[in-house]
Amino acid sequence: MNAVIQLDDIHKTYHTGEVDVHAVRGVSLAIQPGEFVAIMGASGSGKSTLMNIIGCLDRSTAGRYQLDGVDVSKLNRDELADIRNQKIGFVFQGFNLLARTSALENTELPMLYRRQRLPTHERHEHALRALETVGLAKRADHHPNQLSGGQQQRVAIARSLVNQPALLLADEPTGNLDSQTSIEIMGVFQKLNDQGITIIMVTHELDIASYTKRNIILRDGNIISDTAVAHRLIAENELGKLRQAQEAVQLA
Amino acid sequence: MRILATIRLAIRALQRNKLRSLLTMLGIIIGVGSVIAAVSITSGATKQVEDQVSALGQNVVSVFPGSFTSGGARGGWGGITTLTVDDAEAVLKNVANIVAVSPEVRDRNQVLANGLNWNTMIMGESPDYPQIRNWEMGTGAMFTEQDVRSVAKVAVIGKTVADQLFPNEDALGETVRIRDIPFKVVGILAAKGFNLFGQDQDDTVVIPYSSHMKRVSRRTFVSSILVQVASANEITKVQSDINDLLKSRHRSLEPDFTVRTQLELAQVATSSSKTMSVLLAAIASISLVVGGIGIMNIMLVSVTERTREIGIRMAVGARAHDVLIQFLVEAVTLSAFGGLVGVGLGVGAAHIIASIKDMPVLTPLIWIGVASISSALVGIISGFYPAWKASQLDPIDALHYE
Repeated sequence: MNAVIQLDDIHKTYHTGEVDVHAVRGVSLAIQPGEFVAIMGASGSGKSTLMNIIGCLDRSTAGRYQLDGVDVSKLNRDELADIRNQKIGFVFQGFNLLARTSALENTELPMLYRRQRLPTHERHEHALRALETVGLAKRADHHPNQLSGGQQQRVAIARSLVNQPALLLADEPTGNLDSQTSIEIMGVFQKLNDQGITIIMVTHELDIASYTKRNIILRDGNIISDTAVAHRLIAENELGKLRQAQEAVQLA
Repeated sequence: MRILATIRLAIRALQRNKLRSLLTMLGIIIGVGSVIAAVSITSGATKQVEDQVSALGQNVVSVFPGSFTSGGARGGWGGITTLTVDDAEAVLKNVANIVAVSPEVRDRNQVLANGLNWNTMIMGESPDYPQIRNWEMGTGAMFTEQDVRSVAKVAVIGKTVADQLFPNEDALGETVRIRDIPFKVVGILAAKGFNLFGQDQDDTVVIPYSSHMKRVSRRTFVSSILVQVASANEITKVQSDINDLLKSRHRSLEPDFTVRTQLELAQVATSSSKTMSVLLAAIASISLVVGGIGIMNIMLVSVTERTREIGIRMAVGARAHDVLIQFLVEAVTLSAFGGLVGVGLGVGAAHIIASIKDMPVLTPLIWIGVASISSALVGIISGFYPAWKASQLDPIDALHYE
């Protein structure tokens, strides 16, 4: 099977004034379809930079990056935009939804930039289906400010799915959420992963990382650990436990 | 992204800041509105002048006597008495492309009829006069060539004279007395109104030039010669031909006459309104530039405010081009809408001013087109830099912009 992501000796150097910051120092990595990977590390470890490169938001200064069989390290801005549109879905820590725009329209956004245009009714259908996947079809006409944090993140996930990308990238997706909502969102990711979607997630929370299948730890721009998750948490079970605990408290 | 969807998006973005959008458009609205109002009023005035000039007659060339100099004292135009009926006949005979000629003799005189009297302009003309002046007969008919030859005592009177002398009856067939000579009214001219110089053209009595010269004014020279040219293209040629002919007939080194065309009259009459138009256009373009700066300013603010939105759009696959078009369309929507409102307000204002001051209004379609296109252009020019700036944002920086 071909890897979704194949990184070979990726380097990234920032030139900020007099000092060159060597943020990523020769990372090689292969991620297969259907994997669910957490990239962890302290701040400054280069995980965000690596994520931006994987997400085609940024280009490496050296090395080769193949995404879904395409060498993207040499693509120009517009070609990278098309890759982001077609092959990658983004979920951000801050949700990054358009304000004063309904959940449905937010979900439709990536379809507006497709090279093959879709008729309006098809866009609506696709967007509604994506919202159904994250369990938010009933709130399609709500604006972000009428939704809770968890619901906003679900809209963002629906948006990331709508163009049926090969890869879903989540940058600290639970960073702005409370623990129960975080588990719910991880549940959504697990469900999507079970359907075969490859997910890469950046997080610094160990417990969140244990919902994934593979943990990669970065330090100073290098991978220092790459392990399969031994005791994988299942969001449904954890939520069940949490509910029981809450009931116990109420009963007591 | 499709253009229609982009426009809808732009309208929604502009609606979010209604007051700001309105204030931004105000520059364009005022600029375009003032141009359209000013153009409507000046073109109305120009049109009126042109109508009056063409009311002087179709393709008419006029020959006026020149000035004379006697013992160092120079007479004014028309002082010289060298232009004759023979000159007029020679012009008709020798100059090509002429349709009609009328030797003109003019004189103010008291006209009596019906126990009333009225001081008016008595014109001696040829039977072609109504045709040359593009003037319809109201009732009756113009006198004939025969009347000219027989020095007949017949007259065609203007509407004003008819009203003054025959207030409650039909003047046709009645007699008017000029210098005690009875003239039979054979026709009444249709009302023509005021001319270019504010004179009532209907306040006149037209009689055969021969009758005027022999019976009324007792003159041997004519006041001017009206010449109708076959087509507008030949006016200049006819003008110079008449010049040459009369010069040789009068055997004078310095011409003792001038040949004027309608065109020259029209130019004099419309030159001031042309100057006005140029001035207005200059002021208008300044206000469009100011309006454009306003749009650029607001678009720059908007791009900064919406940096994160731009980042989101780029992250999900918007190309630089998509972002550029989005903001450009927003700027053009602002300015084009401002332009349309300006056209509406301008036309409205012109009509209000015109109705207060009783002036004619005319908004040429071309100016509406010019106004719309130039306001759209202002949008493109002033929107381009902010839109380009937006399109060049780095997606990562834009996403993390606070």
